[in-house]
Amino acid sequence: MRVHRGVRGWAVAVAGILVLSACSGAGEAPSGGGGDQAPDTAPGVTDDTVVIGSHQPLTGPAAPGYSKISVAARAMYQYINDNGGINGRRIEYRVEDDAYNPTKTVEVVKKLVLEDQVFAIVGGLGTPTHSKVLDYLNQEGVPDLLVSSGALMWDQPRKYPMTFGYQVDYLREGKIQGNFIKENFAGKKIGLFFQGDDVGRDTQAGLDKYIKDQVVSRQAYDPANTDVTPQLLALKSSGVEVVVCECIPAFMALTLLTAAKIGFRPQFVASSIGSDPATLTGLLENFAKSSGATVSAQQLLTGFIGVGYLPRAGLLDDPWTKFFKQVHDKYIPNEAFTDTLIFGMAQAYTFAQALKAAGRDLGRRKLVETLETTQLKGPALVPFAYSKDSHAGYSGAYLVRNNGDGTATIVEEPVVTDREGGAVEPADTDRVDPDQTGLLSG
Amino acid sequence: MSAETSETTAPAPPAGRPPTRSAIRRRGLPPVLRHLGWALVAFLAVVGLTLLTDPFTNLRIATIGYYLIAIAGLALLTGFNGQVSLGHGAFMFIGAYTVALLVLHVPGLPFWVDLLLATVAGAVAGLLAGAAAARLHGPYLAGATLALAVGLPAVTQRFPDLLGGSNGLSFTVHSEPAALIGVVPTTRWQAWVIWATVLLAMVILVNLSRGRLGRSLRAVRDDEVAASLAGIHVGRTKILAFIVSSACAGLAGGLQAFLLGTAAPGSFTVALSLSLLAALVLGGLGSLWGAFWAAIAFVYFQAWAEDAADAVNLPVNVANNLPLALYGTVLIVVILVFPGGIHGVFSRLRAAVRSSRSSSSDRSEGVS
Amino acid sequence: MDQFLNLTLNGVASGAVYSALGLSLVIIYRATRVVNFAQPAFALISAYLAYSINQATGGYWLGFAAALVAGAVLGMLTERLLVRPVRHNELGAIIVTLGLLIVLQAVAGMVWSNEPHSFPYAFDFRGDFSPNSVFVVAAVAVTAIGVLVLFKATPLGLRMRAAAFNADSARMSGVRVGLMLTVGWGLASAVGSLAGMLAVPPFIFPNVLDGVFVYALTAAVIGGLDNPLGTIIGGFLLGVGLSYVSGYLGPELVTLASLAILVIVLAVRPNGLFGRGLARSV
Repeated sequence: MRVHRGVRGWAVAVAGILVLSACSGAGEAPSGGGGDQAPDTAPGVTDDTVVIGSHQPLTGPAAPGYSKISVAARAMYQYINDNGGINGRRIEYRVEDDAYNPTKTVEVVKKLVLEDQVFAIVGGLGTPTHSKVLDYLNQEGVPDLLVSSGALMWDQPRKYPMTFGYQVDYLREGKIQGNFIKENFAGKKIGLFFQGDDVGRDTQAGLDKYIKDQVVSRQAYDPANTDVTPQLLALKSSGVEVVVCECIPAFMALTLLTAAKIGFRPQFVASSIGSDPATLTGLLENFAKSSGATVSAQQLLTGFIGVGYLPRAGLLDDPWTKFFKQVHDKYIPNEAFTDTLIFGMAQAYTFAQALKAAGRDLGRRKLVETLETTQLKGPALVPFAYSKDSHAGYSGAYLVRNNGDGTATIVEEPVVTDREGGAVEPADTDRVDPDQTGLLSG
Repeated sequence: MSAETSETTAPAPPAGRPPTRSAIRRRGLPPVLRHLGWALVAFLAVVGLTLLTDPFTNLRIATIGYYLIAIAGLALLTGFNGQVSLGHGAFMFIGAYTVALLVLHVPGLPFWVDLLLATVAGAVAGLLAGAAAARLHGPYLAGATLALAVGLPAVTQRFPDLLGGSNGLSFTVHSEPAALIGVVPTTRWQAWVIWATVLLAMVILVNLSRGRLGRSLRAVRDDEVAASLAGIHVGRTKILAFIVSSACAGLAGGLQAFLLGTAAPGSFTVALSLSLLAALVLGGLGSLWGAFWAAIAFVYFQAWAEDAADAVNLPVNVANNLPLALYGTVLIVVILVFPGGIHGVFSRLRAAVRSSRSSSSDRSEGVS
Repeated sequence: MDQFLNLTLNGVASGAVYSALGLSLVIIYRATRVVNFAQPAFALISAYLAYSINQATGGYWLGFAAALVAGAVLGMLTERLLVRPVRHNELGAIIVTLGLLIVLQAVAGMVWSNEPHSFPYAFDFRGDFSPNSVFVVAAVAVTAIGVLVLFKATPLGLRMRAAAFNADSARMSGVRVGLMLTVGWGLASAVGSLAGMLAVPPFIFPNVLDGVFVYALTAAVIGGLDNPLGTIIGGFLLGVGLSYVSGYLGPELVTLASLAILVIVLAVRPNGLFGRGLARSV
C-alpha cells in the first residue's frame, strides 16, 4: 500500500481542478458556443413507435384531482393505437410519478430523456414542478408540449423554443372573467379568493384591467392549509356580492361548503382549473345523503359560473363530448366521466394531431415548427395561440352557468384575447367534428 | 440496553477496510492523510464508475453522493449522539436556498464558494436549533424538529419575491471549466464534483467521529450523568453534534441545488426528513458505513420499486401506490428482523465468515 | 369583534380535533414510551371503512361505530405484532410506526384511490357554531373526561398505569402487563379514530390527516407528552392560536406560527407546559 505517497500530489491536482473552474462564477453562463443548427434528430422514434413521456402527481398531496389525467390520456392513446396509430406508428406513453415534488420532477424528466429516450414530453403537470425542467428540456432540444398549467412562462418562444403551453393562461383568463363581470355585474362589490402563487398573481393582473375599482377584498389561500373559514369570513364582512375564485377543485368545493357554513351567499365565478361541475358534484354529493346536513351538491352549485375552453362532460350533445364518452366507455368505464378526464383525452388527442401534421418523416424540430405553423382544429371551442411569436396555449374561453340539474347554460360565448392590453373579442367559431379531423384516416 | 449501544466501535472510513490502530502508529502516518488517501481511492472508483455508465446512471451516482453526506450527518447526530431529528430536511432546505440565492444574486461567485457558504448556513442553523434542542429529551426533540420541517419551508410564502413562493427558484449552476465543456458530459462532471466534495466532507466527519468529539458524543448518548462526571460538557457536546450534522445537511442541500438547479418548498417536505431518518436506520445506525448503504438504498430502492410496479400489469390505483407500500414494508421488516440494518447484516456475515475460518467448533451464531 | 368571535369558535372546533388525536398519542406514549406515527393512518383506514359503510347503507352512525372498533383493533394488532418486539428501541419503534404509516396510506390509495371523496359531517355544519361543531367539541370533551376518569378512578386504569410505569412490580402484584399495554393501544387508537372521524370532513384522501397529525403532535408536546389533560389544553390553545394567526396575519403563516409557539413553549418548559420532567430518557 503505497497510496499515501501520492496523496499530496493528487490533492494538488484536485485543488488545481477546483481553482481552474473557479475562474467563472456559478451564476454566469460560459461564453461562446451554440447558435449553429445541428441536423434534426428523432430519438424515441422507430418504424412503428413513438415514445413520449410525462410527469404527473400520481401520489402525495397533489394527487387528488390530478391523478386521473394520465389515466384518460392513456385511454386516448390506446384508442388511437387500436385504430392504426399515427402515420403508421403506435404512441407509447410513459408516465412518471413526481408526487408534485420539484426535485423528483427533475429526476424523472431526466430519466425519461436520458434513459427512456423519449421523443417529447407531453402535458407535464404543474407550475412549481415543470418550471424546474424548462431550462433542461430546451437545452437538450426536447419538445416540451402542452404543459398542464396556465402560467405565463411557457410562452417565451425566444428563450424556450421547444416549450408550448396548453391551458388558457391565467392572465388571459383573468381578462375574460373581468370583462364578463364588468358587463354583467356592474356596480357590485367584488371579492377575490385565490391561490397564493402565480395563479393568483397572474389572474389578478388580468382581472384588474377591468374591475380593479370594484374589488373590495382580496384573500389568498395556501394549498397546505385546508381551513378557509377566516378568508371567507373576511370576504363576507366586506359585503362582497360576487366572489371570483381562482382555486383548484378541492378548494373550490371547500369554498362552497365553507360559504354555506357561515351563511354567505355571493355569486361565485370560478376559473377553469376549479370549475368542473362533475368533479365538484363528486366532492359534494355525500352531503345530501348524510344524516345531519341537508345540503345537496345541486343546491351548492346552482348559479355557479365557471370558465371553460374544452367541451364539458355535462354537454352530452357536443360531438366531442360524445366521442370522449365512447372512448371512456370502452377503455376506462369504471372512472367517473369528468371534465378532468376530458382534459386528459383532449390533450392526448391534440398531441396526436400535431404528430400527424408533422408527417411520417419525424424530427424534434420539425414537430415544433409544425405546431408553430399549423392551426390545429380539435376538441376545444377556442383556437390555440400558437405561432412563431407565441407559444401560449388556448387563446380564450367561454363562461357557463350551472343550472343545478347537471345541465349548464352558456352565458358568454367563446371569446379570445391576448396577454397585453388587447380587447376581449368573439372567437372564430368554425369547429370541426371528431370525424372531420382526419386523424385516424390512414 | 438496545442494539444501538452495543456498537460503540469506531466507524470505518468511507472506503476500504480500516487497518488497526497499532498499524497506524507503526506507520506513523496521521489518520487524516490516510483517510484522504482512501477518499482518493473512492473518488477514483466513482470516476471509473461514471465512465462506465450512461448519463442517467451518472445522475443517480451524483444523487447518492449528496444523500450520503446528509445521512452521514444525521448518523453523527442520531446514531452517535442519540438525538433524534425528524427535521433534517429543513437544513437541506437552507443549504439549497443558500446556493440558489447566491447563484441568482451573486453570480460572480464560483460554485465551490456557494457550496461552502451553504455548509456554513447549515451550521449556523444547526447552532440555533442545537441550542434550542439541547435541553429537550427524546420525543420532545422529535416533535420540535418535526415542526421545524413543517414550518420552515413556509417562509417561502412569506417572501415570495425573494424566495419564489410555492414555485421556488430555478437556475443553472455553471461549474464546468471551459476546457472540459463538450468533452465531459455535464452530469458526469457534476457527479465528480459532488463526490469530491462529499468525500472530503466524509474525511472530516470520520476524523471528528473517531476523535475526542466522537467519544464525547457516544458518552453523552450512553449516559449523560456519567459523561458530565467525566468532565464532558453535555450541552456543548449536543450543540456541537447539531452543528456538524446540519452543516452536512446544508452541504447536501447545496449539492442538490447544484445538481438539479432547483430550490422549492415542495422538495423539502416532512416526507423527506422522515425518509432520511428511515434510510439511516435501514442502512445501520452504528457506523458511517450505514449511511453509505442508506444512500444507495434511498436512491435505488424507489427506482426498483417503481420499475417493478410498472413491469406488472396492475390496476392504476395499485400500481401508483405500490412503491410506497413496498418501502414501508421493507422498513418494518428490516427493523423487526435485522435491527442493525444493512450494515448490521454485513458485519454479521463478516463475523460469521471469520469465526468459521478460525474454528468451526467455536461458532457463535450471533445476535450482536 | 364579530370576526374575533368567529375565529375563536373556528379555532375551538379545530383545536378539539388536535386535542383528541393528541390524546391518543399521549395514551400510547404513557403506556409504552413510543410516539405512534401510525396513529393518523389508523384513523385514516377507520374513516375509509366508515366511508364505505356509509356508501353502502346511506346512514352515518353505523360507519362511525365501525370506525372506532376498527381503530381499536388496528391499535391492538400493531402493539402485539409490530411494536412489542422493538419496544425498548426508541428509534426502532419510530421507524416501525413510520413504516406502518407509509404502508397504510398506500393501501388506502390502492383500495379507495388517491382521489378525494366527499365525507359527511355528523350533523349540520352550517352556522357560526354549527350543530356539528357542538358535536365535535362535546365528543372530544366527553372522551377526554372518560379517559381521565378511567385512568384516575377505575381498577382497569390503575392497572394500565401500573403496567406502564413499572412493569416488573406491576407483574408481581398480579397485573397482566402485556394485556394492559395492548388494551392501552386499543383504547388510544379508538380515540384516534374518533379524532379522524371528526377531522376528515369534508373530503377524504390518503394524506388528509397529515397536517392534523403534525398539529396533534405539537399539541401533545406543548401540553406535555405524559399529561393527557395538558395535551387537551394544548390542543385547544393551539387551535385557537392558529385560527387567529390565519385570520389576522395570513393563512400561509400557520405552520411557521405553530413552530414558533412550540419553540417558545419548549424554551421555557422543556417538558411542555404541564409535563413532568422525565426521570431519565429512554
